[in-house]
Amino acid sequence: MDRDPRVCVFGEDVGHYGGSYKVTKGLAEKYGDLRVLDTPIAENSFTGMGVGAAMTGLRPVIEGMNMGFLLLAFNQISDNCGMLHYTSGGQFTIPTVIRGPGGVGRQLGAEHSQRLESYFQSIPGIQLVACSTVYNAKGLMKAAIRSENPVVLFEHVLLYNLKERIPDEEYVLSLEEAEMVRPGEHITILTYSRMRYHVMQAAKTLVNKGYDPEVIDIRSLKPFDLYTIGNSVKKTHRVLIVEECMRTGGIGASLTAAINENFHDYLDAPIVCLSSQDVPTPYAGTLEEWTVVQPAQIVAAVEQLCQ
Amino acid sequence: MAHLTRRTADLLKPFSVALSSMRLLTTTSTTPITVETSLPFTGHKIDPPSRSVETTPQELMTFFRDMALMRRMEIAADSLYKAKLIRGFCHLYDGQEAVAVGMEAAITKKDCIITAYRDHCIFLGRGGTLLECFSELMGRKDGCSKGKGGSMHFYKKDSGFYGGHGIVGAQIPLGCGLAFAQKYSKDENVTFALYGDGAANQGQLFEALNMAALWDLPAILVCENNHYGMGTAEWRAAKSPAYYKRGDYVPGLKVDGMDVFAVKQACKFSKEHALKNGPIILEMDTYRYHGHSMSDPGSTYRTRDEISGVRQERDPIERIRKLVLSHDLATEKELKDIEKEVRKNVDEAIAQAKESPMPEPSELFTNVYVKGYGVESFGADRKELRAVLP
Repeated sequence: MDRDPRVCVFGEDVGHYGGSYKVTKGLAEKYGDLRVLDTPIAENSFTGMGVGAAMTGLRPVIEGMNMGFLLLAFNQISDNCGMLHYTSGGQFTIPTVIRGPGGVGRQLGAEHSQRLESYFQSIPGIQLVACSTVYNAKGLMKAAIRSENPVVLFEHVLLYNLKERIPDEEYVLSLEEAEMVRPGEHITILTYSRMRYHVMQAAKTLVNKGYDPEVIDIRSLKPFDLYTIGNSVKKTHRVLIVEECMRTGGIGASLTAAINENFHDYLDAPIVCLSSQDVPTPYAGTLEEWTVVQPAQIVAAVEQLCQ
Repeated sequence: MAHLTRRTADLLKPFSVALSSMRLLTTTSTTPITVETSLPFTGHKIDPPSRSVETTPQELMTFFRDMALMRRMEIAADSLYKAKLIRGFCHLYDGQEAVAVGMEAAITKKDCIITAYRDHCIFLGRGGTLLECFSELMGRKDGCSKGKGGSMHFYKKDSGFYGGHGIVGAQIPLGCGLAFAQKYSKDENVTFALYGDGAANQGQLFEALNMAALWDLPAILVCENNHYGMGTAEWRAAKSPAYYKRGDYVPGLKVDGMDVFAVKQACKFSKEHALKNGPIILEMDTYRYHGHSMSDPGSTYRTRDEISGVRQERDPIERIRKLVLSHDLATEKELKDIEKEVRKNVDEAIAQAKESPMPEPSELFTNVYVKGYGVESFGADRKELRAVLP
């Protein structure tokens, strides 16, 4: 926001309150009420307003207090955000960033634990990225703001409290690159967002058992970084996808299709995809644990694949 | 009027040839004429502007020509659709020309206009050419959106025309966003967000209106009330069809949308209001002769008598014709010559548009993303560039 006066923030409680997850804390004091705009509870309309402002050249960062609320703005995101560049024959660019926390948290209930990656992935014209660490959150956010395309940045409710040392100098990450978390030889595990931590936990167990998993955080959900993924598949010949979105029509489903189509010759075993169950997230703690993929399941899946 | 005379300059030349020098002086003169609007304005929480509007002979003739051009274009689009050269949806604006022309007369190209899918005439008013219009309708590459948008997606960024939107009501928050950007950049311009009586019942209108009023955005919401939301009459869809009052805390003005001077006066008044006091709602009482779109005959929900009644009593072009004749600015024959001229221009543009080729196949994949930072392809599996490993 310092670098470019056209960057502004729209969202509920982003200004004076500092953001419901404190993401925009201090910004309203520094940049004023017009640049950090506290909107009324009208997701469809303020997302539309952000798109309209972007058509004139402003670069709004639109926050959904919870990703699930952005379902109310689906028409604006799909038709106006995603398609205006095309239907206007290139006259308008829509450099918005739409961001917000999603994912299953600590017993937040079904409506507040939604994962919208799978709903948005077919919209032409938008890019989807999911951040997972402090380092890539900063880098991807900067890249998203600087991109001329609309970007949907998926954050996770449970990852806001992470602490990490990051470089002092400025850095921007590429919106289309995956991150190699742990190189290995036996199996490629593809994951993103919070599931990265479950995978790393499972990886510790697996290493003790003598396996050598390669863990890749795909980060870019649309388009997939098939270059990094493909090179990994070529090396290990086995793929396990661990994701938090639903099984049906999820990111994992698209990724499975993409890998099968492009790298079928390199695979020694069918691709296994571990996703959340196709159920609304229950409130009870034990049930909620069972809707998402747990490290024990990851270990079991790897052992079976590597037989 | 400079922007309109620039565009229609080639139409003026043969016109002047047919005239005696005496008449030439009259029609391009700028001596003011005062005209009364057909009906007084009704205000909601605001004092309405006066009924007397100043105009000039030059402006009168320009209005006549522009509206005749728009009418001819829409009739031509009707024939093209029936000849299957225009496909899909085609929503025609004939009958409502006064709104487009009157609004243009009151504002500059730096002000923004955004509207829904009945956008052909507003595009012309903003400076679009007939060729761009017909090419886009026929899906050719010389169209304003390169043939990729169609009837419902006309845009002209350099003259502040933001479209052209298919989903009912979705353009209203966009319009408030344009107004927000104008306020952000402090550039003393306003945004006119047009919508219909059908869209007036959308929730997003009230959400956007609340935000515009909250932050004093220079947004003018204009309801083009043609009394029918496709096949549903306004009294069957809205508990309160007084759309100018529905803003509640936002002032409103009801305007006779078939009288171009009323429209011009109302738009001028609203621009001043919006720059000082924030949003205002205008309800233009207008009428469309065609059905909702080309697939709607327009006579199943209203009588032919009603349509011809409006055409006889309230037609915007006829009103200007009577004014021109009563002020002795041109003869009947001269007006007919203008209409013939306009028809010729439209026919030429259609012929030229028919020559224009279809877009290249590669255009399917362009403009999905902006090429540049961080993007090299699109789609979940990079269909545009298959990943080939060494």
